[in-house]
Amino acid sequence: MGEQQQAKRQDRAAEVEIAISKMLRIGIVLAGLVIVLGLVMFLVTGDSGYPGDTFPTSLPEIIQGIMQLKSVAIIEAGLILLILTPVFRVFVSMFAFIHEKDYRFVLISILVLVILGLSFALGKVGA
Amino acid sequence: MTAIVIEIFLIAILAGIVGSILGLGGGIVVTPALTLLFGVDINHAIGASLISVIATSSGSAVAYIRDRITNVRVGMFLEIATTVGAITGAFLAALIAPNFLYYIFALLLLYSAYAMVKKGKEEIPVNVPQHPVAEKLGLGGEYYDKALGKNITYNVDRVYEGFGVMYGAGVVSGLLGIGSGSFKVMAMDVFMKMPLKVSTATSNFMMGVTAAASAGIYFLRGDIIPVISAPVALGVLIGATIGARIMQRLKSKTIRKLFIPIMIYIAFQMIYQGWGA
Repeated sequence: MGEQQQAKRQDRAAEVEIAISKMLRIGIVLAGLVIVLGLVMFLVTGDSGYPGDTFPTSLPEIIQGIMQLKSVAIIEAGLILLILTPVFRVFVSMFAFIHEKDYRFVLISILVLVILGLSFALGKVGA
Repeated sequence: MTAIVIEIFLIAILAGIVGSILGLGGGIVVTPALTLLFGVDINHAIGASLISVIATSSGSAVAYIRDRITNVRVGMFLEIATTVGAITGAFLAALIAPNFLYYIFALLLLYSAYAMVKKGKEEIPVNVPQHPVAEKLGLGGEYYDKALGKNITYNVDRVYEGFGVMYGAGVVSGLLGIGSGSFKVMAMDVFMKMPLKVSTATSNFMMGVTAAASAGIYFLRGDIIPVISAPVALGVLIGATIGARIMQRLKSKTIRKLFIPIMIYIAFQMIYQGWGA
């Protein structure tokens, strides 16, 4: 590989990486703020909004809870944002690789997403 | 309640620092702390530790990727192996008694601990050939090492072996639920001969993805307790941000010195569990 070509490849790689780093920062800051909000509400009011130690685990219930400003539902929204951050990361890299015309890695990103989707659907993945 | 939340938050900061420096994701601190110190149910502790893995991964990756320590291409390429491995492991768990697998993985860990001891004072791998597949996929990289004060250019060797061990790391996480971070670091450091800092940063980067799928399942099952997981998430995010700064200023041999005893500890933990299983 020529030196010029290599330098070009590195520049393109750097663009992908900057996109991923920025996206991750947005994801964790957003998730962090929502979790702080919910947790402070919970500790100040001492009210989770749900009876005893229970909390909603389905998306419609959580959305309903957020509408009613229930502290635990807000915490859960933040946790969901946090969980989704790495998944979004793969999406962002996929688009960044498309933009950089790096089709091998577009394919790799798609493959990872498909496998993740599959393992989630099967309900079987590791820690 | 407030006191417990603050205590968990403080422990989580420590977990984030340790996890981001060693590439182990933070579960290694969070799970035992929650079960032993706070009497949290093991499933709920694993749920919280998945949150800590994701927070360590994303929190440290912001700095590691910006500073080019993480090798994003290697990470994404190897994610294929770990995700497929995780599914395999989960299915295997239903089919076979994992006893002897615990022993095999424990031996593999002890072997790589030995390989790491042998590397001893080596700061940066030298005379590493670029594997043809690494050449084709553009896997080699370069980063600025803040401890050494210079740019490090590195090659990536033995891609097939690394891919195989990564698959093993996935199987371990799906089957045993512990120690997958140490296998990821091992695959890159020992087999692919990448610099240790790149290996731990890339291991952290990769871990978030697999953990996200698991966390989704735990969440729907109700095993991610919001009031426990919230301080874990916040503490780990802060810890990982701090850890990502500390790690860059540490010498590789210092990181290795911290890493080896932890590998041996995980190996014995596996042998112990294999014994009981």
